[in-house]
Amino acid sequence: MYIQSATKEFINDLISSGKREDGRALDQYREIKLTKGVIENAEGSAMALFGNTKVLAGVKIGIGEPMKDKPNEGNIMTSAELLPMASAEYEMGPPSPDAIEVARVIDRGIRAAGMIDTSSLFIEKDKVWEIFIDVYVLNYDGNLFDAGTTAAVTALLSARMPKLEGESVVREGLNSKLKTNNTVTSCTFAKAANKIFIDPDANEEEFMDTRITIANDGKEIRAMQKGLWGGMTAKELEYATDLSFEKHKELKSIINKTLGE
Amino acid sequence: MGSTQDKPQLMINGKRLDGRGPADLRSIKIEPNVVKNAAGSAYIEWGKNKIIAAVHGPKEALPKHFADPERAIIKCRYMMAPFSSLEEHGRTGPNRRSIEISKVTKEVFENVVMLELFPNTEIDIFVEVLQGDGGTRAAGITAAAVAMALSGIPMTDIPYAVSAGKIGDTVVLDMDKLEDNYSDADMPVAVKPLDNEILLLQMDGSFTKEQLKQAISMITDAGKAIREVQEKAIRKPYEQIIEKYQK
Repeated sequence: MYIQSATKEFINDLISSGKREDGRALDQYREIKLTKGVIENAEGSAMALFGNTKVLAGVKIGIGEPMKDKPNEGNIMTSAELLPMASAEYEMGPPSPDAIEVARVIDRGIRAAGMIDTSSLFIEKDKVWEIFIDVYVLNYDGNLFDAGTTAAVTALLSARMPKLEGESVVREGLNSKLKTNNTVTSCTFAKAANKIFIDPDANEEEFMDTRITIANDGKEIRAMQKGLWGGMTAKELEYATDLSFEKHKELKSIINKTLGE
Repeated sequence: MGSTQDKPQLMINGKRLDGRGPADLRSIKIEPNVVKNAAGSAYIEWGKNKIIAAVHGPKEALPKHFADPERAIIKCRYMMAPFSSLEEHGRTGPNRRSIEISKVTKEVFENVVMLELFPNTEIDIFVEVLQGDGGTRAAGITAAAVAMALSGIPMTDIPYAVSAGKIGDTVVLDMDKLEDNYSDADMPVAVKPLDNEILLLQMDGSFTKEQLKQAISMITDAGKAIREVQEKAIRKPYEQIIEKYQK
């Protein structure tokens, strides 16, 4: 998003003195609101609000063919749609590179953490369960990575597992849950004016020159993605990693509360 | 419209499976301004349908050769989320059905929006179906009309839409997905309530002349209730402001 140079200067002054537009601390998330089961027709779903960023994730489970290189494993497919209504800057048309990056970073965290045991999705030769995760961005105000991962993970954790009866997939009236192994969370940091701050909003994203997303499962780092042209020191990376484990507890407790556990 | 095989009984003693009579609407709720970045937006729950409509603009028309020096152009995108149905995962991106619905939705608003006030600009209407259960285009238009009104773009009237259909020989209003799958006719209609002019009409199946007349009058009768829900949603943000300043 294009912000005026006056706004840029203003944010620069704020960040330099350790403050932010909405009064948050540099290591503080915006208010997070999480709701599960918003789309009854989907096997799993969740809506995540990070401030004004609004993301809906839907999970559908169906039958498909395994990948050629993994004949005994099911598939996970993650897509992200930056809906044109979500921002004046988003265009109609095929997924933009930004949307593809968001989808791939969310996918990587979930996959690398082994949240879903893909070998348990194997049915028989050439027949496996396929899990589709669709992340729908309804309103953009920065940090789609964390909002998207939180929504997608909550949708997976609350998803029901369909049943195969003969050739047809039964999706209704079931209480079997999709088997999951852990809860992965994602923490995105921005760097600008030599400060590291978590959960950038749209104005801050315009202003930042470095971005890093760290996904962990509470025990280990599972996926990382650095973005933009700026660099960061090893010390800064260490700071971000430590904080991401602290924030994992915070995010996980929000997820668990939403799931009613 | 669907297969006649294994057809479930959709009407028992004049009542439909969800307990409605032939001329009853499903419950309709509209929440205004759900998309902060849009000029106007609305979330509608119409039965089990869950749809967000949003309006952006007026803004510079792009590509530039699309611009009309006499009036604004409208672009519309109607899309169903891949997780919106109980069946298989849908495909992302437009298909022939969604392109047609986008077009007829656009045409409804070309009638009521005062385009001549905004030459050389475009107004975007987005209708995203998050969950579909029959009648999504009608619900989408009803929500988009609220979004347009909230955007402040002047309209000559606030249109609404609802579909009528036929189960056996009974004309019914507002069919859900199951009814639609086994119905004998389906007809979504958008209406401009000031003069009951029809702005959208699509139909397939079979209607006698009398049944068509009955269906249209069912739709315009239901229009009053739909309009009430729309007006309530449009007033809500302003009522909140008034309340705030009266304190």
